[in-house]
Amino acid sequence: MTTAIEVRGINKQFVLRHTRSIKEAFVWLMKGRKGDLSAKFHALRDVDLTVAQGETVALLGFNGSGKSTLLKHISGVMIPDSGTVRTRGRVAGLIEVGAGFHHDLSGRDNVYLNGAILGMTEAQIKERFDSIVEFAEIGEFIDTEVKFYSSGMYLRLAFSVAVHTDPEVFLVDEILAVGDEPFQKKCIAKIQELAAEGKTLVVVSHDLDLVARICDRGVLLDHGNVMFDGPIDEAVARMRGQR
Amino acid sequence: MSQTTDDGLVRPGVGGGLADVVRARFLLKLLVRKELKVRYRGSVLGLLWSYVKPGVQFIVFYIALGVFLGLEKSPRNENGLPNYAIYLFSGIVLINFFTEALGNASRSIVGNGGLIKKIYLPRQLFPVASVWVSAVHFFPQLVILVAACLFAGWHPSVFQLGAAVLGFVIVALLSTGLGLLFGAANVYFRDSENFVDMLLMVATWASPVMYSWTMVQDKLGPVWFTLYQVNPITVAVETFHWAFWLPTTDGSTPVPPHLLSIWLPVGLVVSALVLLWGQLTFRRLEGRFAQEL
Repeated sequence: MTTAIEVRGINKQFVLRHTRSIKEAFVWLMKGRKGDLSAKFHALRDVDLTVAQGETVALLGFNGSGKSTLLKHISGVMIPDSGTVRTRGRVAGLIEVGAGFHHDLSGRDNVYLNGAILGMTEAQIKERFDSIVEFAEIGEFIDTEVKFYSSGMYLRLAFSVAVHTDPEVFLVDEILAVGDEPFQKKCIAKIQELAAEGKTLVVVSHDLDLVARICDRGVLLDHGNVMFDGPIDEAVARMRGQR
Repeated sequence: MSQTTDDGLVRPGVGGGLADVVRARFLLKLLVRKELKVRYRGSVLGLLWSYVKPGVQFIVFYIALGVFLGLEKSPRNENGLPNYAIYLFSGIVLINFFTEALGNASRSIVGNGGLIKKIYLPRQLFPVASVWVSAVHFFPQLVILVAACLFAGWHPSVFQLGAAVLGFVIVALLSTGLGLLFGAANVYFRDSENFVDMLLMVATWASPVMYSWTMVQDKLGPVWFTLYQVNPITVAVETFHWAFWLPTTDGSTPVPPHLLSIWLPVGLVVSALVLLWGQLTFRRLEGRFAQEL
């Protein structure tokens, strides 16, 4: 099997509190340097993960377990303190859809801008434009500024752009709750279709029933450690058992 | 966008610096277009503001400095500068470009924090786009300047036009370099943007925009004047004076010594070094942007 994502022994620490003012630093010095100027927090501890091409993996865990941080390392937004992350082919995230949207631009401009931000070329966006608008069910509102869109329309368009980027590796972070129920079903169907096409999927979600339907493999994280890595049903059962 | 290793796997998030910006030029184009569309949204005058603001600024300076403080040459004031209005305006357009470019570039990383935290893209794009947008706003001012020059009997040589282009390049390189530097530093210390505001105020007066370079030489003497000339903005402004203002006069006003043979190349080199410095600093700091923003 060809490796799509290879994570080797990555560690990540976050500095929780910054002392950036001269006043605070001065007080700290005067008190004889008591205490730490900044507290640290281990977000990921020696995490290993190898995902083969075409695998569908769910990252499970409670809030603050490091799932999203791991996803950000795979997408390249964050760089590990130690260890390496390597990926094959284009990686695109359905991470917080609409992050690249600008309220004062029309839907059309936003499709182009967001498409380019997610790594599409001009030709690709032009070619898929109609398909994006159709999937989003935006229709005639495509030339309206997105600030006048309903929140459902906004999310549908953002999701539609992201899903049309056609990368080799898809990172999905808690966005399956998009729009109304019919559209949600459509999104889930689309993601299942991508999985069936042999795309590599890494999904973060708290909806255990949903990830059990989409993914084959589950990785359970707890306080930055990998607790379990195996079949999704077992991972979900463990996740439920922990509660 | 990423660094390739032998077996076809790449390390995500390791950028190629400004080369990435060239590769992502379609995105750069869209970012610039977005900025231009969004800048004057909801205003009646729209892009006209790019003309009105420097116009008013010019009138205020001209009346205060040229008329009241007597920098303009007139029958009662033989020591003044001829065509002071054009002298002033040719410097102001360049300083405006620098001020806008550096000010916006320094804020661009923090301003686009929402995006940088969530999606990986070459982050150098944001400062570069800011400078580009400022260049677009510089253009209408240049048109007004040229129109005013033609009205005053401008007859430039090809060398002078070429020198003006180099003067513009100096300011563009310098503002990109400093923009990368302060834009990255601003993520860690928000003091950075305040420092830049201060720097920009100083920059306006630290080059011969309002006054003549001979006044500086007379007061400072040769050593300090050399230091004054090392400032790339000074060289760029003097180049603009040589290209736009001097050909509208009788040409009797002296040009700073060695402006073209020494100072123009020095200005280019200094700006290029600042760009390199900004770029290196940016690349060292950008790995932690997502968690610090």
